[in-house]
Amino acid sequence: MATVPSAALPAVPRGQAGPASAEEQYVTFTVGTEEYGVNILSVREIRGWTPETKLPNMPDYVRGVVNLRGIIIPIFDLRARFGGSQTEVTKRHVVVVLQVGERTRGILVDAISDILTVAHDAVKPPPDIDSGLIDQQYLSGLVTAENRMVTLLDVTRLFAGDAVEVLASHPIQIPHQAQA
Amino acid sequence: MTGAYLDDLDRFKATYFDECAELLAVAEAGLLRLSPQNIDLDEINAVFRAVHSIKGGGGTFGFSQLVAFTHEFEAVMDRLRSQQIGVTTELVDVLIQANDVMARLLTCARDGLAVPAGLADASASDLKRFLQKDASGPGAPAPAPHPAAARTAPAAARSFVIYFMPKSDLLLSGNEPAFLLRALKRLGQAEVVCDMGRVPPLFELDGESLHLFWQIALTGTTDEAAIRDVFEFVVDDCQVDIVETTGSADGGEEEAFGVFAENLPYVPPGQLTVYEAGAVDGAQAAPARPEGGGAGPGSGTSAGGGGLGGHTIRVDLDKVDRLVNLVGEMVITQAMISEQLRDVPPGTLQQLVEGLEELSRHTRELQESVMAIRAQQVRSVFSRMPRLVREVAAQTGKEVMLATSGETTEVDKTVVENLVDPLTHMIRNSIDHGLETPEERETIGKPRSGTVHLSAQHRSGRIVIEVADDGRGINRQRVLQKAVEQGLVPAGAALSEEEIDNLIFLPGFSTADAVSAISGRGVGMDVVRRNIASLGGRIGVHSTPGVGTRFVLSLPLTLAVLDGMVISVGEQRFVLPLTNIIESLRPRRADLQSVANQCDVIMARGEYVRLVYVDRLFRIDGAIGDPTRGLVVLVETEEGGRLGLVVDEVLGQQQVVIKSLESNFQRLDGVSAATILGDGRVALILDVAGLQSMSRNTPARAIPAAALPAA
Repeated sequence: MATVPSAALPAVPRGQAGPASAEEQYVTFTVGTEEYGVNILSVREIRGWTPETKLPNMPDYVRGVVNLRGIIIPIFDLRARFGGSQTEVTKRHVVVVLQVGERTRGILVDAISDILTVAHDAVKPPPDIDSGLIDQQYLSGLVTAENRMVTLLDVTRLFAGDAVEVLASHPIQIPHQAQA
Repeated sequence: MTGAYLDDLDRFKATYFDECAELLAVAEAGLLRLSPQNIDLDEINAVFRAVHSIKGGGGTFGFSQLVAFTHEFEAVMDRLRSQQIGVTTELVDVLIQANDVMARLLTCARDGLAVPAGLADASASDLKRFLQKDASGPGAPAPAPHPAAARTAPAAARSFVIYFMPKSDLLLSGNEPAFLLRALKRLGQAEVVCDMGRVPPLFELDGESLHLFWQIALTGTTDEAAIRDVFEFVVDDCQVDIVETTGSADGGEEEAFGVFAENLPYVPPGQLTVYEAGAVDGAQAAPARPEGGGAGPGSGTSAGGGGLGGHTIRVDLDKVDRLVNLVGEMVITQAMISEQLRDVPPGTLQQLVEGLEELSRHTRELQESVMAIRAQQVRSVFSRMPRLVREVAAQTGKEVMLATSGETTEVDKTVVENLVDPLTHMIRNSIDHGLETPEERETIGKPRSGTVHLSAQHRSGRIVIEVADDGRGINRQRVLQKAVEQGLVPAGAALSEEEIDNLIFLPGFSTADAVSAISGRGVGMDVVRRNIASLGGRIGVHSTPGVGTRFVLSLPLTLAVLDGMVISVGEQRFVLPLTNIIESLRPRRADLQSVANQCDVIMARGEYVRLVYVDRLFRIDGAIGDPTRGLVVLVETEEGGRLGLVVDEVLGQQQVVIKSLESNFQRLDGVSAATILGDGRVALILDVAGLQSMSRNTPARAIPAAALPAA
């Protein structure tokens, strides 16, 4: 379901656009039939699926938390995040561990496909989507790689102001000062 | 280079202020123990030294107001220690106040704030009064014989050879040998020989260490005690031998060196450098601190942080925390391996099994040692309390003696820090509410002075702190009456003595009719209880009318690990803090009731307890969800409320390392943190108070009305 980019759109600010380099590298992966890419600089590691611990009262796309060598990171189901059903996880599914600001978070994807080197001027502005599920600001652009269209994700925006944060409705008392 | 120098200076300043904090505490502790009945010269000297050191450092950094004030303070202390003035209650008060002023001046200096106008004035003029008073001032007790007073007045010039052998870390304690040498010179004619034989080769030199020894030939109308006095501040940091050389009383200036050389019992190996005493100053002593060693000017006063006691180092807390975390990881990994090895058939891989047992022993030891790094003696908190007792006693007109025990009990730094407020409150309470007035006490045959006993001890992996007073005990009738008046307890309720005592922990409860300076300000025992609970602790009260009240705090030794009970709900496992759990039970159908068709309750221990269905609250599929087939874990929240958590199963008790969910995600209702279980999976730690407020918002009924016995 490739969307046709509209040339009339105003330029969307790009999260990772460095002034000096004319090109950047993206790790690309598939979710269903679509291909997405995240800036390689935000990828901390790629790991196989390990069973998650579910979190109470979370939307579908928050799969739960896993233990990443002693730190506890949340896993987001990208398919569910973009309005699909929760991924039926198999051993072949992977988690892309992202460093987003101070936080480490994982996204569950179907498979890693490629590492793309993309010139800045090759990035087309994203289409005007307003589905209620995905804000176009999460997208930093579209590129074409070997006849495939890759949607570049802005990870900072993807997790910022997430609906998840809103769910923490009333404050609770934390009885123990947690050690990270 | 200027930048680097400034960095150094900042570092020295920081060290100075750190040390001042300790010195202030020493001074305060000493002053608080000082009274006309209790004159301890060692204590007075310790206070004097503390004040002197603060002044000295302050001078180095140019804190002129601090120095000016501290100078007066020091002068009074000096008169006190030389018995020129006697100890009076008034003097002690003035000195304690001076210590406060000094602390505030230090704070201003540290934060670079302007000193508020008039801050030190009153105190300074108080101090000056004692400087003007002569020794026979009113109220001065007959001075006890002072060691210094036993000195025989030197009639004629005598000669001494002094061997001054400082420890290599003398400079780190802020002392400057040149000053000492200069002070010696004031006692008479002095020849100073510097022994550089122990100075290591240049490339091994540590700029902050001192490797020089001195021999001083001194001739003058002085005595050994006077010479000892010069070294008073460095007694712990050096060795000083003083040998009186006979028959040289008339040694002239020219001959002095000769006398010195002849009478020298030994000449230490190495190169001798001779300095003329009169010319010894900072600049000439400089070779002791070679350039290039990193020590800038001023380093002699306060260099590095390593000099405290010689056996401690200051470490960035982040580094320790990192270590604590890493060891936590290791413990989990080790548990994971052990768990997997449990499936190995017995007899196979014997060496691996043995090796792993060994490893787990070491891991445990390592964990304990690492935790011990963060451990601190409760002394740092206890030592603040005499001050408090003094103030509250003065405010209430009561006579109070504070007894402390177990000050050396160690507990995690965070726990220690969080103890101050609860203890302060409890001690205030004990004096204000617990103790009778001296007159009342006399009438009922108790000693006029009440006692508050503060103690700490380790008990089964926790620290137990008690605040006990020998006062009137809790007035149960009054407490109950107040609680009824405030609508906290229904009128006519029959409560046990223990239950009445525990009413004082209820939010909003106060027996004070009027707001006084001490209590009744809305900061009640409920806050204390909440503070303690936030540390994973509990508080209890035991009271006997007429005999006294005892508050007992039980706290974990560290906030990094927690004793928990692993429970399961559906496929999921959770950890419930052990401190919350009262008991677990499987109710019969007949024990269950429904209230207003809104929630289910269970009769437990004579009380109806609301049931909380964890599976419903957390929307967990596949859980048992029926208390008669699963389990009810009876828990107590920090506020004292009880809940019955409906879970599937209780899997066992385990110590868990607390991990933050928030650092990478966010807060969750009903969950305080997470942990990693032996299989490497994450388990959530339940927050009972959170569950309680969630359950209030979501009425949950699980039992069909038809299944309930007819009410």
